[in-house]
Amino acid sequence: MISAVTGRRREGPAPSGSSRRLRRIDHAVGLAFVAPVIIGVLGLGLVPFGYVIWYAFHDWNPLVGTFTWVGSANFSQLMGDSTVWASLGVTLAFALMLMVLNVTLAMVLALLLVQKLPGTTTFRAFFFSPVVVSTVAWVLIWNFLVASNGGINGVLSMLGIMGPNWLRDPDWALVTLVVIQVFKGVGMNMILFIAALQNVPADVKEAARIDGASPRRVLTSITLPLMTPTVLLVTMITLISAMDVFAPIQILTQGGPGRSTTVISYLLYRTAFVQQDFGYASAIGVLLFCVVLVMAALQWGTRKRWVHDEV
Amino acid sequence: MTVWTGNEGHHEIFEAIAARYIEENPELVSSVSFESLPAATYVDALTTQIAGGEAPDIAWLMESYAAQFVDSGVFADLTPTFSETEGYEFDDLIPGAIELWSRDGNLYGYPFSNSPFGVYVNLDLIAEAGQENPRDLIASGDWTYDELMAAAAAVSSTTDAAGFLPHDDPYTNWNGALGQMWLAWGAAPWSADGSECQFTDPEVVEFFDWFHTQVYEVGAIPLPGEEFDFASGQAGFMMSQLSMSTGLGDDFEWDFVPLPAGPAGQVSVVGQGGVGVVAQSDHPEVAADFLAYFTNPESTRLLAQFFPPPRTSLLTTETLADAAPALSAEQLQSTVIDQSVEAVTKAGHPQMSQINDPIRVRLDSLWTPEGDAASVLAQVCTDIDPIISGN
Repeated sequence: MISAVTGRRREGPAPSGSSRRLRRIDHAVGLAFVAPVIIGVLGLGLVPFGYVIWYAFHDWNPLVGTFTWVGSANFSQLMGDSTVWASLGVTLAFALMLMVLNVTLAMVLALLLVQKLPGTTTFRAFFFSPVVVSTVAWVLIWNFLVASNGGINGVLSMLGIMGPNWLRDPDWALVTLVVIQVFKGVGMNMILFIAALQNVPADVKEAARIDGASPRRVLTSITLPLMTPTVLLVTMITLISAMDVFAPIQILTQGGPGRSTTVISYLLYRTAFVQQDFGYASAIGVLLFCVVLVMAALQWGTRKRWVHDEV
Repeated sequence: MTVWTGNEGHHEIFEAIAARYIEENPELVSSVSFESLPAATYVDALTTQIAGGEAPDIAWLMESYAAQFVDSGVFADLTPTFSETEGYEFDDLIPGAIELWSRDGNLYGYPFSNSPFGVYVNLDLIAEAGQENPRDLIASGDWTYDELMAAAAAVSSTTDAAGFLPHDDPYTNWNGALGQMWLAWGAAPWSADGSECQFTDPEVVEFFDWFHTQVYEVGAIPLPGEEFDFASGQAGFMMSQLSMSTGLGDDFEWDFVPLPAGPAGQVSVVGQGGVGVVAQSDHPEVAADFLAYFTNPESTRLLAQFFPPPRTSLLTTETLADAAPALSAEQLQSTVIDQSVEAVTKAGHPQMSQINDPIRVRLDSLWTPEGDAASVLAQVCTDIDPIISGN
């Protein structure tokens, strides 16, 4: 890389001493701008993750003060632990439901609210506002709404409908959490889609209309294909964030009823900080990392088939 | 020196005691800082900080984790320091209060708060439901859990309010909510050393069966997922401790009465907050010396403004009136002082951290109208036996 750059430079006049100095200053300034991110990723991401891998090979109970090398015992236990695999299933179900609902709703809202009609700004603010609300406050409000004697069932009752016990019925608890999370995050995805919609060249759509394309055809053959890079970004971010959901589960269900809402990140938390088995929890953390990595890689790997402009 | 507690409101009195200690012992310690952590995640935070090498010198702990922290060696032995401290009056400590914090005659934690459970009664609601005042039932010797539930069911069926609220959510915090009650059935879900599961004992099954009936047939206790607040007048009865009285206004008439009797008679139960010196801390010897000062009779008299003390000499209505000004002398005497001396401390298990989740998960299958206590509790033992049998 360095020699290639040097080679190109040789084609032009040799840089003077002052331009070299300016380039060095440019590099230093650039490095200074990215340094916080690099330090953050290293210090808060990669280095701790290295520790997690190291801990996963130990039996570590900080309360008792034990820290013993156990080799791959934690991973062997992981393979035969039905609780972990059940949690993984719950996690995947949660993440997929959340991603599909969130992205679909965000797209519909974006298509509606990109129109230049009276009131669209108000509606955009309305749907975006949960994004800036504290997660804990948001979840506590929903706790009152979805209590079996709460606001939603109160309204249903007035309509003559007996609502379910949203958080205590194993058939409803996970779906309820998904809905709460969708409304919390859909505003951000909606804004990203609106930005993408506004970037679709008007002349391309106009050309399609002149060629006789119906509005639906313009949407499916012009608008949506040109938005696919944003769709890829949104689905990846939504899926990855869904895989490490924690606050609503801790506040609303504590993983129950039974283990119907025990996603793997919550199981990890309980194993480490409640059961004080930090070594095994680290092994669960490594598994979670692998699962997220595989899912992100799958999305990235299939992008050429459906993302516009990918080669 | 750093001390962790679960309540910021108590800092003024803590710091006053600490300031006196520093003044008298400048060669031992230059400062004492008290740090508050949310009670709900307190043990998690304590564990995290110990794991990160940031253990406090002294830590507060609720009774349900006492056995675990004492048995696992988290807390240091306080006996040498306490017994050598002049004027400590070790014999003044209520034996039943320190039992949970002691091993082989040595003390590993000091239960600075020794607060009996009782039942708060919304007198307006029970009058509206046409129910007898619990004080009359106590006088006639008829104050039983069945009578309490009958009155609670009447409140629930004739008003918009709930009948009876346990101390905690029984569906997510089984020990915190039910541990005070099953003792009146003579039930012990595990053996004294914690190594044997006794959830299948007849007394335990009978208690859970009774509780299930009160929820799903009698309607005395809210169903899972229902939210009610006693302080807002939304329940007829609630089991709690004297500290709750400070949050009750004069929106409705209320009373605080002793726990009712169960099939095994009336059992007074206390919940405790204890403090211990963290063995892994940087200054365990100095911390123990400070704790001896912090819990001596003089300091305990100050702490009694907030916490019912574990010292017999300080269990007086005058001392406790500061802690609960809303309670009458009769309420303090009958529901707090009389119950404290002979009370049993709410049970904890030496491996509470490990068994808490598996039991909660299994009990979820009991909390349905069709739930069968005997079969579910048998499954509980199957689940936790591998965990506790090596204890």
